[in-house]
Amino acid sequence: MQSWLYILMFMMVAVIVPFAAILITRIIGPRKPNPIKQSTYECGMETVGDSWVQFKAQYYVFALIFLVFDVETVFLFPWAISLNALPMFAVVEGVIFILILVAGLVYTWRKGMLEWS
Amino acid sequence: MQDPVGNLYNWLMGLLVSWGVDQAVSNILLTFVGIVVLIVLAMVLDVFLVWIERKVVARFQDRLGPNRIGPWGIFQPFADIIKLLIKEDTTPNGADVFVFNLAPILSLASVLLLWAVLPFAEVVFGVDLNVALLYIVAAGTIGTLSIIMAGWSSNNKFALVGAYRMVANMISYEIPMVVILLIPAILTSSMSMLTISQAQNKYWFVLVVPLAALVFLISAIAELGRSPFDLNEGESEIVSGFHIEYSGMKFGLFYAGELLHAFTFGAFISILFFGGYNGPGVAQMPILGVFYFIIKAMIGYWIIMWVKYTVPRIRIDHMLYFNWKFLVPFSIAILVMTAVMHKLLSGYDTPVYVAGMLVANLILGWITVEILRAQARKKRQTDNSSAPSVVELAH
Repeated sequence: MQSWLYILMFMMVAVIVPFAAILITRIIGPRKPNPIKQSTYECGMETVGDSWVQFKAQYYVFALIFLVFDVETVFLFPWAISLNALPMFAVVEGVIFILILVAGLVYTWRKGMLEWS
Repeated sequence: MQDPVGNLYNWLMGLLVSWGVDQAVSNILLTFVGIVVLIVLAMVLDVFLVWIERKVVARFQDRLGPNRIGPWGIFQPFADIIKLLIKEDTTPNGADVFVFNLAPILSLASVLLLWAVLPFAEVVFGVDLNVALLYIVAAGTIGTLSIIMAGWSSNNKFALVGAYRMVANMISYEIPMVVILLIPAILTSSMSMLTISQAQNKYWFVLVVPLAALVFLISAIAELGRSPFDLNEGESEIVSGFHIEYSGMKFGLFYAGELLHAFTFGAFISILFFGGYNGPGVAQMPILGVFYFIIKAMIGYWIIMWVKYTVPRIRIDHMLYFNWKFLVPFSIAILVMTAVMHKLLSGYDTPVYVAGMLVANLILGWITVEILRAQARKKRQTDNSSAPSVVELAH
């Protein structure tokens, strides 16, 4: 509990330091906005259309695979920490759990979802 | 001399209590002072990292680098800071102002948060968190989040493309990284940075799991978004990507965050695999560990810089293939191998254990290289048979 209080205090200071830097530049920096300066940068061209464009659906597929892996690897941490105390049987069981994870990757691979088309 | 920070703490505590301040209040006050000192030291180091980075990149590119202000240009970053502070702070049209301003703050704060768990020496550390390995993954993700926020809120197509690429990059390379972080946890039965450092006083973990150290270095570079994985910046195509619309100090915060992040990951490599603060004479004088720690972290940082300025940027499909088709299966193979071998060898003496683990790593590395060679050979043959022959091309 003590250590999380420390993290909380650390977090506050860590946010205040960059915030102070921005505040200082707000105070001592010049402020002369004009429409040309504020316009969106695009290599000398004027922007056409909305900036929030549609994105490639492939990103979404990778995000799904990531989600499966990330959640499962977090579940492996308790197993890794107690590995020394566990019997060999439990270690093999953990390995089987990892292999099930790999089966998911192999399935995705064979289905061609890892190809960037 | 054994514990200068602890002695200083006790002395100040006694002083405050004798002035009539409550014990709990003075404890919180001193912790707060400690945090401020740690963060200020991190920021001072950051200033010099700017100079080191610019000087090293200059030498890699056969230039002199900053050499005007002070000896070897060492005061150049101070001039840079003054310039950044007095620059105008612009906000582009249509930007989401709150998120736009929050992104650079979170970018630097996420890196500073990592410093809470760094053990500089056995007696000098912020906090000995018992879930530090998960904490560094979580705090590192805030940095990625800040990049996504910057790209999204800028109302700029280049920035948005940079943010998309960063998401793809980060969600891919986090998998091998988290899998590799399991390995120090297996070896020490702990997730605390201090315990992991202490466990390496006899031998460094790089001797036991060299392949894991290599994979961690690669995924750390990818997590940092540095070359060859700097697709989120891509100066030549999307004009530095997510921070395209930032000016003045906000840009400076992104830059400072990136450099400090690289140094911090150098420090993590040294803690997890190269013994952290361990070195000759540390047992007698623990404070000496700070020196070894900084040296090792600097070497780690230098290797990350070396990779950055030597290897060209790779394409996004190659980046994703390299991760999902090589790094993820490889890191899982390392994990399974380490878990099983550690369990089998744990009853033996240290020399037998280290030698056994090393041999197992070498065999795994050899098998991996052979598989890659076989695949490359197969690919070359199919390419040759399908390509038109020289005679056909002549006609």
